[in-house]
Amino acid sequence: MSEIMLGGFPLDLLLLQLLTGVALGAIYVLVGIGLSLIFGLMNVVNFAHGAFFMAGAYVGVFLYGYTGSFWLSLVAAPLAMGGLGFAVERVLVRPLYGRGIDDPLLLTFGLSYVMIEGVRIAFGLTGLPFGAPPELRGGIDIGVGYFPLYRLFLIAFSLAVVGALWLFVERTSFGLVIRAGARDPQIVQVLGIRIARVWLAIFGLGCGLAGLAGILAAPLQGVTPEMGVPVLAEAFVVTVVGGMGSLAGAVLAGLIVGIVVAMTSLVAPDMTKMAIFALMALVLLVRPRGLLGRQGALG
Amino acid sequence: MTVQTIARADVRGADAAPAARPGSGRRGRWLALASRHRVALTLAFLVVFPWIAPYQALAANILVLGLYALGFNLLFGYTGLLSFGHAAFLGGGAYGCGIAIVQYGWHPVPALIAGTVLATGIAAVMGALAIRTRGIYFAMTTLALSMCVYYAFYQAEAFTGGENGLRGINVARLDLLSLSLDLLDPTVKYYCVLAVVGLAVWLFSRLLSSPFGAALEAIRENENRAIACGYDVQRMKLVAFILSGALCGLAGALQAIHLSIVPIETLHYATSGQAVMMALLGGMGTFFGPFVGAATFLLLQDGLTSLTSHWQLFVGAIFIAFVLFLPLGIWGEVLARLRRARL
Repeated sequence: MSEIMLGGFPLDLLLLQLLTGVALGAIYVLVGIGLSLIFGLMNVVNFAHGAFFMAGAYVGVFLYGYTGSFWLSLVAAPLAMGGLGFAVERVLVRPLYGRGIDDPLLLTFGLSYVMIEGVRIAFGLTGLPFGAPPELRGGIDIGVGYFPLYRLFLIAFSLAVVGALWLFVERTSFGLVIRAGARDPQIVQVLGIRIARVWLAIFGLGCGLAGLAGILAAPLQGVTPEMGVPVLAEAFVVTVVGGMGSLAGAVLAGLIVGIVVAMTSLVAPDMTKMAIFALMALVLLVRPRGLLGRQGALG
Repeated sequence: MTVQTIARADVRGADAAPAARPGSGRRGRWLALASRHRVALTLAFLVVFPWIAPYQALAANILVLGLYALGFNLLFGYTGLLSFGHAAFLGGGAYGCGIAIVQYGWHPVPALIAGTVLATGIAAVMGALAIRTRGIYFAMTTLALSMCVYYAFYQAEAFTGGENGLRGINVARLDLLSLSLDLLDPTVKYYCVLAVVGLAVWLFSRLLSSPFGAALEAIRENENRAIACGYDVQRMKLVAFILSGALCGLAGALQAIHLSIVPIETLHYATSGQAVMMALLGGMGTFFGPFVGAATFLLLQDGLTSLTSHWQLFVGAIFIAFVLFLPLGIWGEVLARLRRARL
């Protein structure tokens, strides 16, 4: 099987690398969806999204150290970040509704400083090492070679989360409110729905997804207070490529970005970071509104 | 969408127009007079500033970062475009100037120009891509593009020193015609920097009072109406972006000579955030605000680092408080109060 070559690389290696890209893309998808949900509904760009990602990872790693259960961390990290998201929306972001569109962006930018420094105070300047939980260590043979079990779990788990989210948005009555709210919040309000509560829930949900992505990414890279900074920039690329406020776009773009990163690291490791942004520049040139971007709707 | 689309004028309107309005009463006349001579007043303050600042090196820092915030303000405060990628211009200017001096042994004056030209070029490419996106999209795109510039300079280690930054930009003397200035003397250095900054401030003021400057403010107030009036808004945005980048690049080139090193962090997005913070602290869309903002930011940083290693916590919290309670910024608030008291 490994005799088949493609572009100078054995096909097996390319397929494994492709799967690695999908696993990486799963993280981008979760981060991107949260960012896109909040933007699509509230017109707020959450500049603290990377900080929520980082803080979620820290909460998870901390709890894992205490309880020894990765599954508990996996539940607690998004819940903690969702709760923090609720508080942030209620106390800090809500007073800014009706003001300039840049104001929530600026506020969450300041918040990211506070959160990063808060984590530094609580957990120290250097990062914490974190490996995959024992039950998910090692690799399994998937036909073309051995692939880390944890990454397979990452893909499956993210798929389940995205599927659940899709059902939630498309098939529940609250999901209907979300879709309507993204289209026209004023009409939704006129129909007797408290849009402020919907915004609160969505902000919490988006931040919770960021926290979930954080704890899922922790075994791949360990945790540091600065781990959210590049993730924020990459999440922006995902939303620009996918189309602002489009959930399907975020999923598609997240996977594309993950695969591009994995493939570039195989061909030209130095260019990995640049490749993401080159991709964005290309999309901006060819299709400025993003792959699946539509105006003001969760497509 | 609709809930938050409130005219920017409500947020930072009080000092939006730099041109003097005919004042009623004595205070109004004074304000109008001050507004007309804003360049002279700004420069007069900056000339005596070293005596007020805690130490000379900090004064020069404030001057350089004030110019950086001024360039950023052209785009954010006057045109209404929030960029999170201005580190690419400050860093581009700094690296351009530093590389010309270190790798090619250029004289500081052409090196300053080289840095500014490099930053302008980066701004032209970034701007051409970024203005294709509208509204809030713009901030995200500029941030991502500036990170691309960061990684490019990071990789080009032979020229830029990579992770260690560009070291050894030693300009001890500045020989101009028959003059030979000792740049190791902090006072001489401050006034050399001020000469360049003063020129930039004057040009900036001319730009704002030109029809082009008025059109930029029209775009900020209502982009659709500006389009309806027949302005080529996309093109004006691009020109504003490039001019803003050029001013920030000049600030970066000055910083390279002032600090004699260009750390790679100059290009990082935190540096872009610093421009946003300084502009907001000082007052967006005000002429003197960027210098107030730069002074506030650096004095805060200076004061807090001597108290705690976690100064960013407080800077972040103070910034949040400004967004919530003082969106006009320090200088913007002062001007708004003066104007209100006049009535």
